[in-house]
Amino acid sequence: MTTITRAEPVTRTPYVGRAVDRIDGTAKATGQARFAAEHHYPGLAHAALVHSTVARGRITAIDASAARAVPGVIEVLTHENAPAMKPLGKGGPIDLSAMASGTNVDYLATDEVHWNGQPVAVVVAETPETARYAAGLVKVTYQELPSVVDFAAELPNAVPLKNSMIMEHNAEKGDAESALAAAPVSVDLTFTTPPLNHNAIEPHATTAVWDGDKLTVHEPSQCIAFLRKHLAKRFGVPEPDIRVLSPYVGGGFGGKGSVWPGTLLAVLAARATGRPVRLVLTREGVYRTVGGRTPSTQRVALGADEQGRLTALIHTSVARTSRIGGAPEPITSASRHLYAAPNILLRESGITLDLLSPTFMRAPGEAIGTFALESAVDELAWKLGMDPIELRLANLPERDPVGGQQLTRRTLRQAYTKGAELFGWRRRDPRAGAMRDGRLLVGMGVATAYHPAMILPASVTVRLHADGTVVVRCGMQEMGMGAATAQAQIAADELGVPLESVRVEYGDSDLPDGPMAGGSVQTASVAAGVIAACAKVKKEVLALARRVPGSPLRGHRLDDLHARDSGLHHAGGGQTYADILTAAGRDHVEAAIKSGMLGFVLRTLRDRRRYVKAATAVHFCEVRVDPDTMEVRVARWLSAFDAGRIVNAKTAASQMRGGVVMGIGLALSEQTLVDPRNGRIVNPSLSEYHVPVHADIPRIEVHDVGVPDPTMPLGVVGIGEVGITGVAAAVANAVRHATGKRVGDLPITLDKLL
Amino acid sequence: MTDIRMKVNGDVVSLDIEPWVSLLDALRDRLGVTGPKKGCDQGACGACTVLVDGIRINSCLALAVQYDGREITTIEGVDHPLQEAFVRHDGLQCGYCTPGQICSAIGMLAEHAAGQPSVVTTGQDAPPRLTEQEIRERMSGNLCRCGAYNGIVQAILDVSTDGAGEPGR
Repeated sequence: MTTITRAEPVTRTPYVGRAVDRIDGTAKATGQARFAAEHHYPGLAHAALVHSTVARGRITAIDASAARAVPGVIEVLTHENAPAMKPLGKGGPIDLSAMASGTNVDYLATDEVHWNGQPVAVVVAETPETARYAAGLVKVTYQELPSVVDFAAELPNAVPLKNSMIMEHNAEKGDAESALAAAPVSVDLTFTTPPLNHNAIEPHATTAVWDGDKLTVHEPSQCIAFLRKHLAKRFGVPEPDIRVLSPYVGGGFGGKGSVWPGTLLAVLAARATGRPVRLVLTREGVYRTVGGRTPSTQRVALGADEQGRLTALIHTSVARTSRIGGAPEPITSASRHLYAAPNILLRESGITLDLLSPTFMRAPGEAIGTFALESAVDELAWKLGMDPIELRLANLPERDPVGGQQLTRRTLRQAYTKGAELFGWRRRDPRAGAMRDGRLLVGMGVATAYHPAMILPASVTVRLHADGTVVVRCGMQEMGMGAATAQAQIAADELGVPLESVRVEYGDSDLPDGPMAGGSVQTASVAAGVIAACAKVKKEVLALARRVPGSPLRGHRLDDLHARDSGLHHAGGGQTYADILTAAGRDHVEAAIKSGMLGFVLRTLRDRRRYVKAATAVHFCEVRVDPDTMEVRVARWLSAFDAGRIVNAKTAASQMRGGVVMGIGLALSEQTLVDPRNGRIVNPSLSEYHVPVHADIPRIEVHDVGVPDPTMPLGVVGIGEVGITGVAAAVANAVRHATGKRVGDLPITLDKLL
Repeated sequence: MTDIRMKVNGDVVSLDIEPWVSLLDALRDRLGVTGPKKGCDQGACGACTVLVDGIRINSCLALAVQYDGREITTIEGVDHPLQEAFVRHDGLQCGYCTPGQICSAIGMLAEHAAGQPSVVTTGQDAPPRLTEQEIRERMSGNLCRCGAYNGIVQAILDVSTDGAGEPGR
């Protein structure tokens, strides 16, 4: 037995906080990463969907004879011959997996059509080309029924939303309308945002394989635990007999957080045909069968005194859900927390349409709500003749403006100050249209970003092997955030082992249940489990060591010891894990942390009464506007952010940048166009829905001004969504500065500036 | 059905294939070469970019039968400093567009080295200086929804002989 004794303890810089290369980077850069549509099975058949062409109605006839006659077609499933799936039924009040239902439709069960694009048949064939060709031959006749699909036309019928246990849609403090009417300076503005789609570059794809009553599904999922539970209910199979594999998710942004029809129909087709089935949605199929972001109409009215102190803040919104599902999003959320107005009124309303359910898309609520709020704050600054940063600094709250809770940390003042200095805000001429770069108009804009912080239950096991290697197991999801890298860094620090010796297993429903990769919760949620499991491992290792006579750890408690150099150490000596485990005759030590739902819900509710916590940022944007065409180009960008303790400086910066990029799309080019006559999406492609390309994106500088959050595991606050919030307002405010024009209707296309 | 022979990543492969099968589907579904990705199937996203005799193309817009006798390189056949640079500069997140970005960048660097101008090329430079702006313009056929564009541009600058050490704009 070797005992390491060092006079000078070697203290290594922690891995947490460093800029570490993502550990799956090489697999992704060499083509070795296999996505859901890339797993081969003998006898694999291919499926294609037939989509309805009416918004609402009944199928009066469906003729699949021509499709069936195509050589290579195995089966055509319609409501006339498809085996039934089980209805979902009601989940318990704390069964979060109910969130996993994209819609409540029992597909291919009845002749009913609920939205334009609903799958009404599935063709299974020997090749993908045959399936797609035959799908085009299925003739469907409909009896159309009256449908309500036009969001703008339905605005007068909006219904106020009620606050629920998990989401607050309304707030009232003081008398905001009277204060607004009495305010010496005020703005009262209307904003509109269009429907949007996630457009992850990987289309949704399912490979479904039945072996008797056991099911294996390869599927890009942001919540494999919910997906497995949903499949178990739908197909009447015990959860342990289902395995969902999702090691690589080719972009999600919320779009892969729910169960959409393609997944269910692939599993159904595999069961009906007795063949492994792969269903890859076409890009158009993604638009037709996966929900997107709701459109919105918002009013923000602000009243202030002459010094710019807010006296009234009113934010109301209308968004939509669908008759077949979808949850309303908290559009006024940021307005609840950002400004210390004595009178606040927040009201959210909803419209129910005969369209596919909307779903969460990166920062649901805050992404579009901050556009309205932060545009209005900017407009108030114009009206006051005040610098927009000064106006914001004059209204920063000490406690939560509505609930009065303690703010766990709030570094917006530093973010504004530091960001302004780094961005060169001083160079901004306060007059509109006064700055030029050659013939181009120059505008500088600023806006606040805000996203609430939370965690979900996560179960984790950590196993320490006698050879010093560590395996962290959690059924979490990786879709580009660098999830495995971050947890490996945390485990390496907790156990004091080299990063290279930690392996993280994820993306597999056979692993302990992870949280969903949504709501920016994953890193902190899993970190809590990893830290707790590592602590248990160290405790057990110490117990083993203390049983060995002569161990330098005898008589020591865990609190006195440092985990470093792959062992436990104190000032006078220490012992490696390898030595301890070998001496104890153990191959490994393992600890499991199981997080229960009930305790979690109670803790969360208690926590929420005491604290308000969030990731925040300040975006600085500079645009160039062509004075002839009014084309807007983003020329410079800087974001100063606080997402608590940063685990990986490299991947965190990428998350911030990614949010900004998607926000620039929201600001300038993205919109899903819905035909108001029949509810059909008319631009379901990447050629007609314009996501930002390389040429649209300048260097995006990001600066961390954050401090660890004292109430979050390791001080970590999620960073996946805050980046997109506030972006559209920063762009709109820069455009306002360059042109003098306030555009409140996204996207800011040139026709709105001419 | 048509018999074709191609060289894919150095290996000669024979396929008996229907004339309507795209090069992308032939690679992915028939040959199991899944590095090239399908994002849109209509030439809008660039995820399917491969190199044909060194020239970048969208393989979803190409019919496999047109490529009889040609040499195809996909990400699996690439061994280029760009790959390491992408990881170092975090020019990727989910990784789905990455094979296309890297193949496209290799093709783009060759186009640039051959003196081909782009729409943002100004002046009489031959070959044009590979600025950040040039890279962005030339790479705009490859979408990245995760928004890793900054890292991708840095990775390309890093390995391009012309752009190395260039502060960029």
